[in-house]
Amino acid sequence: MTIDESTLDHLARLARLRIEPADRGGLMADLAALTGLVGRLAAVDTAGVEPLSHPGDLTLRLAPDVVTEGDRADALLALSEAAQGGYYTVPKVIE
Amino acid sequence: MSAWQAVIGLELHVQLATRRKLFSGAATAYGAEPNAQVGLVDAALPGTLPVPNAEAVRMAVRFGLAVGGRVARRSEFARKNYFYPDLPKGYQISQYEHPIVAGGEVRARLDDGRDVRVALVRAHLEEDAGKSLHDAFHGATAIDLNRAGTPLIEVVTTPCLHSAAEAAAAMRAIHRLVTWLGICDGNLQEGSFRCDANVSVRPGPDAPLGTRCEIKNLNSFRFVEKAVEYEIERQIRELEAGRPIRQETRLYDETRHQTRALRGKEEAHDYRYFPDPDLPPLVLAEAEIDAIAAALPELPDARRDRYQRELGLSDYDADLVTADRSTSEYFEATLAALGGPEPKRAKTVANWIAGELAAALNAAQRPIAESPVGPEALAGLIREIEAGRISQKVGKDVFAAIWAGEGDAATIIAARGLSVIRDDAALAAQVDAILAANPKPVAQYRAGDTRVLGWFVGQVMRATRGQADPATLDRLLRERLG
Repeated sequence: MTIDESTLDHLARLARLRIEPADRGGLMADLAALTGLVGRLAAVDTAGVEPLSHPGDLTLRLAPDVVTEGDRADALLALSEAAQGGYYTVPKVIE
Repeated sequence: MSAWQAVIGLELHVQLATRRKLFSGAATAYGAEPNAQVGLVDAALPGTLPVPNAEAVRMAVRFGLAVGGRVARRSEFARKNYFYPDLPKGYQISQYEHPIVAGGEVRARLDDGRDVRVALVRAHLEEDAGKSLHDAFHGATAIDLNRAGTPLIEVVTTPCLHSAAEAAAAMRAIHRLVTWLGICDGNLQEGSFRCDANVSVRPGPDAPLGTRCEIKNLNSFRFVEKAVEYEIERQIRELEAGRPIRQETRLYDETRHQTRALRGKEEAHDYRYFPDPDLPPLVLAEAEIDAIAAALPELPDARRDRYQRELGLSDYDADLVTADRSTSEYFEATLAALGGPEPKRAKTVANWIAGELAAALNAAQRPIAESPVGPEALAGLIREIEAGRISQKVGKDVFAAIWAGEGDAATIIAARGLSVIRDDAALAAQVDAILAANPKPVAQYRAGDTRVLGWFVGQVMRATRGQADPATLDRLLRERLG
């Protein structure tokens, strides 16, 4: 499968990535190789096979409705690039 | 022009009233300090794994059963991928191909008394995102993750609604149901119950569906009605001017009462859903679903119908006392205190709830569950009136006194000397005084104009502050005037 310019732009927008013009050619080739692998997987005949979302027969374990985690704002905010007045801050998002 | 048909479907985000979040152990309480209720999973720390809240699952099942939907014995969580600063993981855990509830129906009542059947597509479990504050700091967007991970069910209706009034009625009906079930606190101001509306118009009911616009984040019944109304008119105006509708997300501007396109979201959504590998399928045991079904309360529609059938309440009264669960409980408790459900009393109790009580609660801005006049106290007052110890009119004063904390009805009546005056001699003195002071109407009556009798009744009632026994008074007046 080939990845064209507009597909690359679409993926970049979804991933919120700015791609330098010099990188475009290489990225398109890499993505084409990756989707090529998916293409090979898709070639397998799966007619009559139930779609599988999870291997094995695990089912979910549920937690009781009890609060077990307290205020750790300071520790979490310390991990972030920017914080102010108890909030994480990011460059202004304009809606 | 009048041939246009509007087609509306709603998506309701119903925050579930659990103590902890959907996938972490952090609290969900509203109004905490920013970022004080963020679990490690909510903050998307690498290596942490989500564990679903059992109560959130039960609440979703409760909803599914209440709307007569199909509760999936096996459902799946999926990742909805998008990047936004208030979504630390880069995906929202939701349900996609296999939601916990499919189908179902809710009955919505319009102001004109007409019922609309609102068919549901599905209700799925998902986590809420955090909150972005765009105006808190200069040049920066502030992020509060307290809301991140709060459990929601997203209820999706079919596009079965055809007017702004129907859309608002559907939202109200679902709001009433989820608060009745106790799965949502229903607080619109705090965002516990939010609505998106998909609106399109077409040239007639048989035409193919038109291009739709989605109006996001409507947080009041009135705004839904206004926004949908505006949007329908806008789309008709565009189409009649020959301009096609663009599929887009729009926001409702509350001050201008119009919708506007949300910039930067023109692109079609591409969420690349896939089953969440961290969360194996959610499997519900038959016994558990049965237990939840057995514990369901009588639902509002069923109760309204029963009140009409068994208690003979009018449609209007039945609707009123089942408006929400606390009103209905108040009504039931009052009837019980009066010795059980009986049609005549049911009507009396409904009148008190709709009249004096509603007015007092409204003036004091209090919910009925916190009424200073409780069901027992109201029953006591009704008993005094039923027994003929006070008149209906005096009853209203006694109600106000109970509200003000002066004690129960019997105490207030005794303390203030409000009992009905049935004593012939006492009442006769009042009657004679009124007749003596008003020779003209007396003459009028005697000349055959008996309509003035009512006027005399009014005068004596005023003189006795409403305490005269009407039957005794009527007899005394007729005896003297005749």
